[in-house]
Amino acid sequence: MARQIYQAIVDGILVGGVYALMAVGLTLIFGVLDIINIAQGVLVILGAYLSYTLSVRIHLDLFLGLLITVPAMFVIGVVIQWAFIRRLRGRERTSMTLLVTYAVALIIEGILYEIYGPDPKQLNASYVQSSVHVFGFYLSYIYLYGFALALVLIAAIYALLYRTGFGRSVRATMQDHTAARLIGIDVNRVAALTFGVGVAVTAAGGMMFGATNAFNPNSGYDLISRLLAIIILGGLGSIGGALAASVFMLTLESLVTIWSPEWAIVVFYAALVVVLVIRPNGFFGRQPVRAQ
Amino acid sequence: MDTMSRQRAATGLALVALAVVAIVFPVVFSSPVVTNYAVYALIFIAVVTAWNMFSGFSGYISLGQAVFFGSGAYAVGIAAKAWHINGVGVFALLPLAAAVGAVIAVPFGLVALRVRRHTFIVVTIAVFFIFQLMAFNLNSFTGGTIGMSAPFLPWTPTAFNDRFYYITLACAVAAVVIAVLVRRSRFGLQLRAIKDDEDRARGLGVRAMRVKLAAFVLSATITGLVGGVWFLYLTQVLPQSGFDPLFDLSLVLMAFLGGLGTISGPIIGALLIEPGQLYLTIRYTNGYLSEILLGALFLLIVIFLPRGIVPTVGEWLRRLRTRGRPAVAPVQTSTRAETRA
Amino acid sequence: MTVLLRTDGVHKAYGGVHALDTCTVEVEEGSVAGLIGPNGSGKTTLFNVITGYAKADAGHVYLAGSNITNVSPDKVFALGIGRTFQLTRIFASLTVLENMLVASPNGRAAARRRAMDQLDFVGIAGHHAELAGTLSYGQRKLLELAYVLVADPAVILLDEPAGGVNLSLVNHIADRIRELNAAGKTFLIVEHNMEFVMGLCDRVTVLDSGTVVASGPPGIIRTDRRVLNAYLGEDLGPEQPAEDE
Repeated sequence: MARQIYQAIVDGILVGGVYALMAVGLTLIFGVLDIINIAQGVLVILGAYLSYTLSVRIHLDLFLGLLITVPAMFVIGVVIQWAFIRRLRGRERTSMTLLVTYAVALIIEGILYEIYGPDPKQLNASYVQSSVHVFGFYLSYIYLYGFALALVLIAAIYALLYRTGFGRSVRATMQDHTAARLIGIDVNRVAALTFGVGVAVTAAGGMMFGATNAFNPNSGYDLISRLLAIIILGGLGSIGGALAASVFMLTLESLVTIWSPEWAIVVFYAALVVVLVIRPNGFFGRQPVRAQ
Repeated sequence: MDTMSRQRAATGLALVALAVVAIVFPVVFSSPVVTNYAVYALIFIAVVTAWNMFSGFSGYISLGQAVFFGSGAYAVGIAAKAWHINGVGVFALLPLAAAVGAVIAVPFGLVALRVRRHTFIVVTIAVFFIFQLMAFNLNSFTGGTIGMSAPFLPWTPTAFNDRFYYITLACAVAAVVIAVLVRRSRFGLQLRAIKDDEDRARGLGVRAMRVKLAAFVLSATITGLVGGVWFLYLTQVLPQSGFDPLFDLSLVLMAFLGGLGTISGPIIGALLIEPGQLYLTIRYTNGYLSEILLGALFLLIVIFLPRGIVPTVGEWLRRLRTRGRPAVAPVQTSTRAETRA
Repeated sequence: MTVLLRTDGVHKAYGGVHALDTCTVEVEEGSVAGLIGPNGSGKTTLFNVITGYAKADAGHVYLAGSNITNVSPDKVFALGIGRTFQLTRIFASLTVLENMLVASPNGRAAARRRAMDQLDFVGIAGHHAELAGTLSYGQRKLLELAYVLVADPAVILLDEPAGGVNLSLVNHIADRIRELNAAGKTFLIVEHNMEFVMGLCDRVTVLDSGTVVASGPPGIIRTDRRVLNAYLGEDLGPEQPAEDE
């Protein structure tokens, strides 16, 4: 029994790393653009399908395929932001962007259904099935690689935000749009590029998700509800919070799965509700600086 | 004022004409296929109006209306099975559906309405998924993936549809009447003030939580009732049909298209979108075209008609009427110094 | 001369910034008190603390002797303190009259009449059916003033009532304040317009970096070295002996 629990914790942490990848993109988008990108779930699935096509058609290794899918998703993200989100202004902006991204998610989901059909797919590679036996625990290779990838990408995002001029612009825009504009930052460009980065990260998340789960276009809903719970728990806009919350929630779910697999996901929602009652800003959320 | 009474007379006349058309409709178009469309349109009119009553007025967009709709449906199904009710008696269960909606809305609202607007939307989504999951998992209670069936009603197809037409018509009319009453009341005023500036409203003595919760519960009650009616009409409910994310998005879309916060907006939105959507669902049962079109339509509306049809048309009419008038009204003399700021 | 509103040693910090530091201000019943100070001195923060929009880290707020520290805004309003905002906050999608009705207590016809009276008093009754969002800046300031009056508060806090409006309107506002004061209302006014403050207030308190630097009748304050230091940020020589505290 104890063995099961420890294994569940280990699994949870590793899977949490993968979810962190997807959640970080989402929370970054919120922090800079003040919008909740509901399409993130289906974009992850899109990333998975892209990896799938590359893997099946030209037999490209999954991780190598990222070199193509990540830039591709970046471009898709920039296009979405530029075409639909940029023009939303005014008081209703937050609600409107949420609905717009929901609409975009529907369109992408519909298109994926038309192209790939509803049958579940999964990404395959030699290392997907095998695992390494360490200290009596099974650590599957794919999760290890995925966790490592997550750390690398999150570190890269941190470096981007805190070590580059662009990152400085992003952080300034996060603080105050008007002030950022006043010191010459092109807020629109920052917004578009940040959205692109947030979506590009989903390419990696998608590949990982597709390698570890069977997926079809409908899988986006499940994902987005988890991701939303994660970023709210971690505090909207907090990257560290997203990482912490991902690991925490996935470990929790992993533990609950030992007793009841079907209800495990309720853990997410229940935790979300409980936290919101106690701390409406999540664990690491900033104080509400902006007015409603 | 002559224009006022003329306007009132015109509105009154329009309403009477509308009432006549509505009542006579199934007699003229007696084919069950046509009345089917009408029933669905009316169901949506009722639910969108109920949704708008809370979300449109207060600005708190809820993507969890299906929670009440599906719960109402399941409530009727479960009660009918548990209490062995058959035949026309099932209609007596409809108040139960409404009550279930209200009862769920209270704790739901107490938790969800404490947070800011964007978090609120997410919480409604989360609760929606919880309910869908419960419908799938609580097999013995909800029938799991098989769902629940409604008791058999010994009516002919035409009579069935006609009767449900009048029932849903009654629901829609009731919903609209309640919406009008709310909008005209002080309660409605406070809701709209909350939408504009909640903190300021609080600072002026408005009990924001109470007002929001009351509207939320009212909206849920109506929706639960209509959910029950829908279940009896369709004669079955499944977890994915009672708790359908597309349902939620459709009704938000209809409200947006018509105009958030207006009375006629939801009606126009529902009448414009629902028939088309139903047609696509019937015609292309295996395709996902309706999803793509729904999403695309929504994007188009957001870009070109962000405020919805009713306010935009109202704006045009106002511009037409006030063409040629000076921008600033001339100063009125009064006993106190009038401002000319 | 009883003190109606008093803050006692209020402390308020935002992160590392001390917005208010041992801030003690007294407002006598029936007076028109002014609160001045350079930008960032904490004037609006003090208003926020008094009216419950911000929590005091330390110190107390007293209304007629009873402790109202950290009471929520709607309760503060109910206790008889009204407040306007520096950047006007009105309900843009409601009509002017509807704006007034949001705050008024129940009783439909009576409430409407009262609201119209107050709109008339401030001078925008003619616009009662227009959407508040279409009002000009000056008219919004008047609407803000009208709201505040709806609940017939005993104490009225005005945050830059003369800010950004033309001269005739400034005089109009000053007259309205005098009328209300004559009817027994107490005022605490934050303003940068010195003419306005000096001409209207019985007593002026000066805030700098969150602390009270000087307090007294307008004529004295005008020439007080500490006040000039606060505004100009330089040391203008040895201080005058304290003439009022």
